[in-house]
Amino acid sequence: MNRELKRVTIVSLLMFLTLFVASTVIQYVQADNLAADPRNARTLYQSYSVERGPILVGGDPIAFSEPSDDDYKFQRVYANGPLYAPVTGFIPVNGEATGLEGSLNAELSGTSESQFFDSLNRLISGQDPMGASVEVTIDPVAQQAAWDALGDYTGAIIVTQPSSGRVIAMVTKPTYDPNSLAVHNGEEVEQTYQNLVEDPGDPLFNRATGGDMNPPGSVFKLVMTAAALESGQYTPDSTFPNPAEFTLPETSSVVRNSSGGTCGSGSEVTLATALRLSCNIPFAELALELGDDAIRAQAEKFGFNSNFTIPNPTETSTYPANPDAPQTALSGFGQGDVRATPMQMAMVSAAIANGGIVMDPDLVESITAPDFRPIEEFDATQFGRAISESTARTMTEMMVNGVENGAASNARIDGVSVAGKTGTAENGEDDPYTLWFTGFAPADDPQYAITVLVEDGGGLGQEGFGNLIAAPLAKQVLEAVLNK
Amino acid sequence: MTDRSAARAAERAPATGSVRRIRMPQKLRNLELGLLIVACVINAGAIVLVQLGALGRIDTQLVLLGAGLSALVFGLHIAMRFVARDADPFLLPVATVLNGLGIAMIYRIDIAYGDAGWDSAAVRQIVWSVIAIVAALATILLIRNHRTLFRYTYLSGLIAIVLLLLPLVPGLGQTRGGARVWVGIGDLVTFQPGEIAKIALAVFFAGYLVRNRDSLSMVGRTFLGMRFPRGRDLGPLLVVWALSMAVIVFQRDLGTALLYFGLFLVMLYVATSRLSWVVLGLSLFLAGAIIASQTLDYVNGRFQNWLNAFDPAVYDAQGGSFQLVQGLFGLANGGLIGTGLGQGRPDLTPVPQSDYIIASLGEELGLAGLFAILALYVLFVARGFRIGFAGQDDFGKLLGVGLSFVVALQVFIVVGGVTRVIPLTGLTTPFLAAGGSSLVANWIIVALLLRLSDTVRNHPRLVIDG
Repeated sequence: MNRELKRVTIVSLLMFLTLFVASTVIQYVQADNLAADPRNARTLYQSYSVERGPILVGGDPIAFSEPSDDDYKFQRVYANGPLYAPVTGFIPVNGEATGLEGSLNAELSGTSESQFFDSLNRLISGQDPMGASVEVTIDPVAQQAAWDALGDYTGAIIVTQPSSGRVIAMVTKPTYDPNSLAVHNGEEVEQTYQNLVEDPGDPLFNRATGGDMNPPGSVFKLVMTAAALESGQYTPDSTFPNPAEFTLPETSSVVRNSSGGTCGSGSEVTLATALRLSCNIPFAELALELGDDAIRAQAEKFGFNSNFTIPNPTETSTYPANPDAPQTALSGFGQGDVRATPMQMAMVSAAIANGGIVMDPDLVESITAPDFRPIEEFDATQFGRAISESTARTMTEMMVNGVENGAASNARIDGVSVAGKTGTAENGEDDPYTLWFTGFAPADDPQYAITVLVEDGGGLGQEGFGNLIAAPLAKQVLEAVLNK
Repeated sequence: MTDRSAARAAERAPATGSVRRIRMPQKLRNLELGLLIVACVINAGAIVLVQLGALGRIDTQLVLLGAGLSALVFGLHIAMRFVARDADPFLLPVATVLNGLGIAMIYRIDIAYGDAGWDSAAVRQIVWSVIAIVAALATILLIRNHRTLFRYTYLSGLIAIVLLLLPLVPGLGQTRGGARVWVGIGDLVTFQPGEIAKIALAVFFAGYLVRNRDSLSMVGRTFLGMRFPRGRDLGPLLVVWALSMAVIVFQRDLGTALLYFGLFLVMLYVATSRLSWVVLGLSLFLAGAIIASQTLDYVNGRFQNWLNAFDPAVYDAQGGSFQLVQGLFGLANGGLIGTGLGQGRPDLTPVPQSDYIIASLGEELGLAGLFAILALYVLFVARGFRIGFAGQDDFGKLLGVGLSFVVALQVFIVVGGVTRVIPLTGLTTPFLAAGGSSLVANWIIVALLLRLSDTVRNHPRLVIDG
């Protein structure tokens, strides 16, 4: 009998062993996957019921948690909500968090792996769990200046630090108040969210890093100029035929300069003049000469066709994969299937300002545990070199010339040399234009790169153009941050 | 002390011819007392932590109720100093701490639900614990020798059948959660007779198998290296199989059927040493389960929930995997160290205080706590098997093994269901889950195991002739 008993004992032990293994799989191996399941309400309640760390700008909280008397224990409050909405995002009681609230949820709620021992320590010592605080790279003066400058326009302004990739300001309009989505009433959140989704102004879009992507128009000529100079076959003095009309190859479509006539006087025009006056025909000609592969290669060195997380997710700016000849010609002045975010164009300007090196854009200055132990410090990382230092110098001169004597004249600031490029992009045949400005200042010692995007023609339909509407906004923001 | 027990050992040695050294009984009881104090401190601590975690203050009322319960357990301990001095010292503390942790968790769910007074499941659980411990005390006092039970083999079998059929009696039986396993008058006093039936069944199986093991094990023909029984000896197996199938079909209770059948197979195997019985039995049960899963919607649903738990259609279905998946979320939320008592959200899972109490405990005590609880069960079952190894009479051995194994199997079925090792079936977690019948049954099992272990040590060489 004892032999059988021994076997039964072994079987029983195996049964318990199975339970030990199964619970380990669930509670340790699979725990993160289960926590990430969108049906898991606990993850959400938990991220609410710990004292979530604050998000700080210059030491002042723009998002923080204060005690509340309901199920969730804490109410998330967004100070200056609409101003910082594209940075903070929001954390709703019944959905996925966006912005930094989503991308840094683990850190803010104290559940990231680097905080494991910290949470254990707090558990043992009987302290309430608490998340880490996140300091962002945003400069409150720049953010406010960009907000004021953009006024009632639909669009975005992004300011970065060329040498590091720090995002100094990021504003998008129209926007929303994250507080309205942080209320502790699922149905109310659902209703508010639905209203925002159906709002024709698309206030939930962060137009600085995504939204309905726009063609970059003439600001893409910076990428074209870079590609030309880097090829070694062109200098700023290289010339192109200068007709008033240019028929796209294989079609009967006609391309004109924005002036309607030739690009300056003469039968030929230099690359420098074409960029300064922002003419389309010479760049269409250049695009056909370079070919789409060379343009794409240059665009990708600036960050096109790559995805960036800052750590918020962003849309990928694109240069098309296999454009035909007419499409290639159109891409020469940022039309056709080229799409760019203001962040991408800021990266182009910043790279020119930074001696040709593209820095990865980043919003996070530091992450600090509740016990003031630093978890993460800002670490500037390079995306790569886009252009040589000499090309960068040459292009800076060309862009300064564009502001001082050219199509970007409304960005001029007394006593400061500004490098810039405007853009006026066509959408549909009768649709309002998209207006751009991208540049940096001071040109001799670049501190800030800025890109301004104004959609819907700034309210002027097809009458608005980049220098009229976008350039003055850039000037206003740059003046504010440089005089600070 | 040493002199006296040595003298007692010397006194007995010639009578039994044993060279076994008799352990000192008072030492066992003192060990038990020490462990009981630890168990009660853990239980009080758990209730206080629940109050601090979920209420933010200490409410003395429930602590006092818990203290009263502890006093009762100590009463049982004192009674054993007189009537079961040689009993195993681990069984009572393990049952006490499991019972107490269960009350603490049920109380914690009450707080989340806002239940108090007689609505409070914890208060009812304490009252049931009192009844259960008194029942255990009565069992120990009444049954001074387990061989008494041997005489009532067939009566036990009859009682088991009656208890099983009781819920099917119109007007008396009640259906909850789809299973018709309850009896009661209105909502007032309800009982799951199937829980008590498992004890009666264990007694019946032990007695029956000891009487008939020879014919069940000796004859038959060999096939594939195993000796299979004769057709006419298949009767008992077929009867128990039919009983289990009836439970599945009429009471819609997969877990209980599996429990009874598993219990029978293991006892049959231990009694006859024939693996062929196990092979035959498992084949029969699997065939029955497969047919049931094809023909009975609720069984098929259980399998679907198990296999495709995360499928949105299964998850959202009526009676779907919502509970299973929520339980997994709860366990995952607990992680390695748990959220702390009173600080998780076990109330988000349906029935967190009964069928799902193990998930609730896993959430708030973490993997560490779950391991500790499972280890307590392992200890409990191991002490029970010890009786089987050390026992001298076959009836006692079989009964000890049966009662221990039924606890092990029940833990496996319910915790395995929660952790998705097997399909989820409705069974209570022994000692932990809210539910009076289960508590009473398991405390009687404790009493019987205590009695058996006492006899084993008292009569080291006594052999009973079947």
